[in-house]
Amino acid sequence: MIPAPRHLAATVVLATLFAASCARQSTAIKVGEIASLTGKEAAFGQSSHKGTVLAIEELNRAGGILGQQLELVSEDNQTKAGESATIARKLISRDKVVALLGEVASSRSLEMAPIAQSSHIPMISPSSTNPAVTETGDYIFRVCFIDPFQGVVMAKFARDTLKVRKVALLTSVSSAYSVGLAKYFKERFVADGGELVMEQKFSEGDKDFKAQLTAIKAAGVDGIFVPGYYTEAALICKQARDLGLALPIFGGDGWEAPQLTEIGGRAVEGTYYSTHYSPENKTPAVQEFVKKFQQRWNGETPDAMAALGYDSAMVLADAIKRAGSTDGAKLRDAIAATKDYPGVTGATTIDAERNATKSAVVITVKDGQFKFVETVAP
Amino acid sequence: MSEFLQQLLNGLSLGAIYALIALGYTMVYGVLRFINFAHSDVFMVGAIIGYYTGHHLPPGTVGSGLVVLAAAMAGCALLGIVIERFAYRPLRNAPTLNVLITAIGVSLLLEYTFQNQHVFGAAPQLFPPVFPVKNFQLGGLSISSNQLIVIGVAALLMVALEFIVHRTKIGTAMRAVSLNPKAAQLVGVNIDVVISFTFGLGSALAGAGGILYALNYPSVEPLMGVVPGLKAFIAAILGGIGNIPGAALGGLILGTVETFVSGSQWSTYKDAIAFAILIVILLFRPAGILGKFTVEKV
Repeated sequence: MIPAPRHLAATVVLATLFAASCARQSTAIKVGEIASLTGKEAAFGQSSHKGTVLAIEELNRAGGILGQQLELVSEDNQTKAGESATIARKLISRDKVVALLGEVASSRSLEMAPIAQSSHIPMISPSSTNPAVTETGDYIFRVCFIDPFQGVVMAKFARDTLKVRKVALLTSVSSAYSVGLAKYFKERFVADGGELVMEQKFSEGDKDFKAQLTAIKAAGVDGIFVPGYYTEAALICKQARDLGLALPIFGGDGWEAPQLTEIGGRAVEGTYYSTHYSPENKTPAVQEFVKKFQQRWNGETPDAMAALGYDSAMVLADAIKRAGSTDGAKLRDAIAATKDYPGVTGATTIDAERNATKSAVVITVKDGQFKFVETVAP
Repeated sequence: MSEFLQQLLNGLSLGAIYALIALGYTMVYGVLRFINFAHSDVFMVGAIIGYYTGHHLPPGTVGSGLVVLAAAMAGCALLGIVIERFAYRPLRNAPTLNVLITAIGVSLLLEYTFQNQHVFGAAPQLFPPVFPVKNFQLGGLSISSNQLIVIGVAALLMVALEFIVHRTKIGTAMRAVSLNPKAAQLVGVNIDVVISFTFGLGSALAGAGGILYALNYPSVEPLMGVVPGLKAFIAAILGGIGNIPGAALGGLILGTVETFVSGSQWSTYKDAIAFAILIVILLFRPAGILGKFTVEKV
């Protein structure tokens, strides 16, 4: 009975070694994702998250990358200002992620970007359109177009299709996205000979817009441009119709969410917005994506945020493959070299400013459904 | 001119909601001399109760609108009484600061409970249109039925409150407790009952405020009470804290000023200007517009 302790010791040593080797085998490539899964802009975060998850699962089924599986570490920032920065620090220092995916909203991407940049961890935003996001540094990328382009698209659309000559703006001053998009729209609309009659302002989370809309009504315009997010846009349309304003109201990609029609109801009928993609697009890439997405998420039709979430993960995976490593600097160079990657939202080429150049689509709301109107090439 | 009248109407319907919430702050201050910071969350709970009951009723009828209103008022009255019984009553003889901190704790507890995905979740939900909706055009003025409901219901509730406080036995007891709790107890007023009743009444008004707010701005979420609660608190101070008509007046003034500033080119500064007006009024009338200045004996 004397050898027993020695046996025990040997077993413990063996077990430890075994556990250690297991741990080494199971190391996966960790990718961090920050999204607004709950809170005011939960529809964005949820869509984008579902697209990202679909992409990661697909890659893992096909054997992963560089012989390793991918592990998505998702964190929710509850749509709150300040949270994204804290989470980015946590993902980088504690979870040791090789890259960050997110955020949808520009203001929150701007919170994460300096942290990713100083830690030399590449970050890809799926759908933040404010130019300042990628200006933070050479580790910050995006897979969507930027607001100078989107602003021009809507300025031209307002003038040529909607025949708007006198416009009023209703801008959210606390959102980088809204302020930027308003600026580019204004510049183009005025340069084309249109008249900006007035610009009214609000803050994120406001619910009462009657005062601003009453002033707009008294000013006499033929269209209102609302560069903002769906929560406010729906309430703005509703209150505008309550005040008897029957003129066209239009916005940008921040409008795209099922809540726009749920909250807006009849008031958003006949409104327009620009976005990144339409599920009605007949190309095989889009139709295959829609089919896969519906299978994975109970028949839900993917919107632009979902498609961009999917594309952001796929562009990252492609870059890891080409870099042959998950080292920050090598990965950055590989992402920067992305050329004509066939994504769902179109061919993705990362330009010198680390933005993607893509065409935009204009959507209208008809019978509570989002309907494709036209595609505008860059 | 029609723009001015329109803004006035918008301002009054916003101010009426602030007034309803402000009444709760002022009544509790009147009897207990402390600010119930959980009050703004009772307002939120009112809207959420309306959200759940509204989904089980036929939309767009006066009947279901009144049922939703009654359910929210009853639910909130109960919640107010429970909060008082379990959070504030054990601290009745503790320093006011302790009660104040407890109130903030209760407020956070309510907010985070409702933000839990299994309770309500943090995402905004659409409030069902329980009352029939109609828009009227009067000259250049466009009036929505919801605005009229807000102003009408708020006015009715304020008149009812005035009646309760001045014409009923329990109202007399409330005023007695507010004047001097010890003396009221000596002449046979049951303080616990009066305080419970005050909390119930104030919370019922907050519940009604929640429904009216959600009718006009139909998205409901657990943090929806924070900003209106803060404004109502300011309104209560503006009118003179502890003074019931003062709270109503303060709410109306704040709502109207805010609306006029929002409609002007300084819309970004609407809260700053509203608060600057508060500071100016308090500089000249430290006890608020209708408040009476009393020297506190130390």
